[in-house]
Amino acid sequence: MDFRFTEEQIMLREMVRDFAQNELKPLARQIDEQEEIPDEIIKKIAELGLLGAAFPPEYGGSGFGELGYCIIQEEIGRVCSSTATFIGAHQSIGTNALFIGGSEELKQKYMPALTSGEKIAAFALTEQGAGSDAFNLKTKAELVGDEWIINGEKMWITNAPIADIFSVFARTNRGISAFIVEKNFPGVSTGAPEKKLGIRGSKTSTVTFENVRVPKENLIGAEGKGFLIAMKTLDAGRLGLGAACLGACKELLEMSVAYAKTRKQFNEPIANFQAVQFMIAEMATQIYTTESLVYRTAYKYDKKEMLSRDSAIVKLVSSEALDRCVDLAMQIHGGMGYSRELPIERYYRDSRINRIFEGTSEIQKLVIAHDILKRNGKM
Amino acid sequence: MNVLICISRVPDTATKIVVGSDGKTIDNQGVKFIINPYDEYAIEEGLRIKEKFGGSVTAVTVGSEQSSDILRTALAMGVEKATIIKAPEIFDSYFVAYNLAEYAKSIKPDIILLGRQSVDFDSFQIPSLLAGLIDYNLVTVVSKLTIDANKIICERDVEGGKEIVETNLPCIISAQKGLNEPRYPKLPDIMKAKSKPIEILEAKPTDLKMEVISMEIPMKQRIGKILSDSDEDINELVRLLHEEAKVI
Repeated sequence: MDFRFTEEQIMLREMVRDFAQNELKPLARQIDEQEEIPDEIIKKIAELGLLGAAFPPEYGGSGFGELGYCIIQEEIGRVCSSTATFIGAHQSIGTNALFIGGSEELKQKYMPALTSGEKIAAFALTEQGAGSDAFNLKTKAELVGDEWIINGEKMWITNAPIADIFSVFARTNRGISAFIVEKNFPGVSTGAPEKKLGIRGSKTSTVTFENVRVPKENLIGAEGKGFLIAMKTLDAGRLGLGAACLGACKELLEMSVAYAKTRKQFNEPIANFQAVQFMIAEMATQIYTTESLVYRTAYKYDKKEMLSRDSAIVKLVSSEALDRCVDLAMQIHGGMGYSRELPIERYYRDSRINRIFEGTSEIQKLVIAHDILKRNGKM
Repeated sequence: MNVLICISRVPDTATKIVVGSDGKTIDNQGVKFIINPYDEYAIEEGLRIKEKFGGSVTAVTVGSEQSSDILRTALAMGVEKATIIKAPEIFDSYFVAYNLAEYAKSIKPDIILLGRQSVDFDSFQIPSLLAGLIDYNLVTVVSKLTIDANKIICERDVEGGKEIVETNLPCIISAQKGLNEPRYPKLPDIMKAKSKPIEILEAKPTDLKMEVISMEIPMKQRIGKILSDSDEDINELVRLLHEEAKVI
């Protein structure tokens, strides 16, 4: 057993941390207030190779695997959840569905533009009546001659307003199937961006498919394999989401400690009070737990040993940990935390979504319980 | 245009420094080391020169074998070749300059770039010593560099203004903040840096021209005492000035 990061992983973290702290952090407030990530910073993120980090070089990635991807999301998640959400929707689910399930030809056709960030991806699964209940999809795809004709509407699609390529899940004769659909195929349209509590810089909207004609070869994998592809993709997505939560927790603890050491009440820094020390201890405990889980699981993912249950546990623990940490950070900062002068309130708003998207905490518990029941309680 | 960049491994500026048990060195335990920030400008400028005029960029450092970490970062930024000249535990600025000079003589670069100072010991000696030892022209503390054929035009920060100087190749330029914006290493280049070799050379010994006798952390300022204007406190003040501060 060796828990040390490699030299390249350390260099990756240092580079992303420098970039996040110097370039992204100063923009985080603007991203939240203007509800938009500036194109310029997306371009910089793409140029550094962050949008294809996890994938092998033959598809334009840099071969850092899931573990490298988690390092990136941790450092980005420290400073801007909107940007981490954008990267996650693009790389870990939007592009990953193609990487996991697509044929060599389809990957060669679409992945290089996605890993370089020339094109942006989104993952279109959820509908009004189907989210985690993916079997209930109403969007239909029908094979007519050499083309699939897709009809239906997707909801809550992260990146939809800015995406060029969608991984779309639709019902076909043989069950759920997955497709690559380009935004500029006639009949594809996106709705107005949702007005959200947090992660406001990340754009989410509906996507409508009206008699969209998709080349036959844009089917991802075999017909009827869509459900499996969606679940495998979400396994990765949930893990990366945990890494972004971890980063935010660490930033919140650092901010809270700095504040507790300077804020004085009753003639001494509030860090001297046990009530505050207990909060700091709890945050640190949550962080250590989450960090251990994220990287152990990322390691298993790269060794192809990870179970769906594992990333469900990561997602459950890390999203709840962040909600707890941000609540404690707010409590330590008191009125200052509630004020928009400090970023604590933004973290407070941004964190809540993590218990909801990519499967709620309750859905994660179902995934975990079903697996454990199937194995008669054996971990 | 062949460029040589001399870089130095220094403690992270945010690191808490502890003096070692010998009272003469820094305790390296738990200290994070980084590329000397001024050397980052030198690396960036070297890469830009290569991108514009072709040639090669080599980075060299004098230090322990652990310096491979900063050289890997330089390689990931785009430097092609990296060398460590292995130093003994105790050495001085002259030793560094002498060994850099010997290395420079072996590869004959057109231009040598390095930071204006290393932020660890701040001796400010290397650029000048190096220029003297290999007889290259030297311009220090350069915040803008323009190369026009053999003509090197440098802008230097001087008190309250700028000085523009001209020199020619071969030359040494020491970099000031503002010279450029150092690039972040790109992900594929971080991966590639792993496979680029780092050469390790034995240093040539020199006699110490300077020796560190002792090193200490600045004393924390004593906390002041505030007394009131009561008669009792005035007596106390006189006592303190007499007995503790010993000024009356």
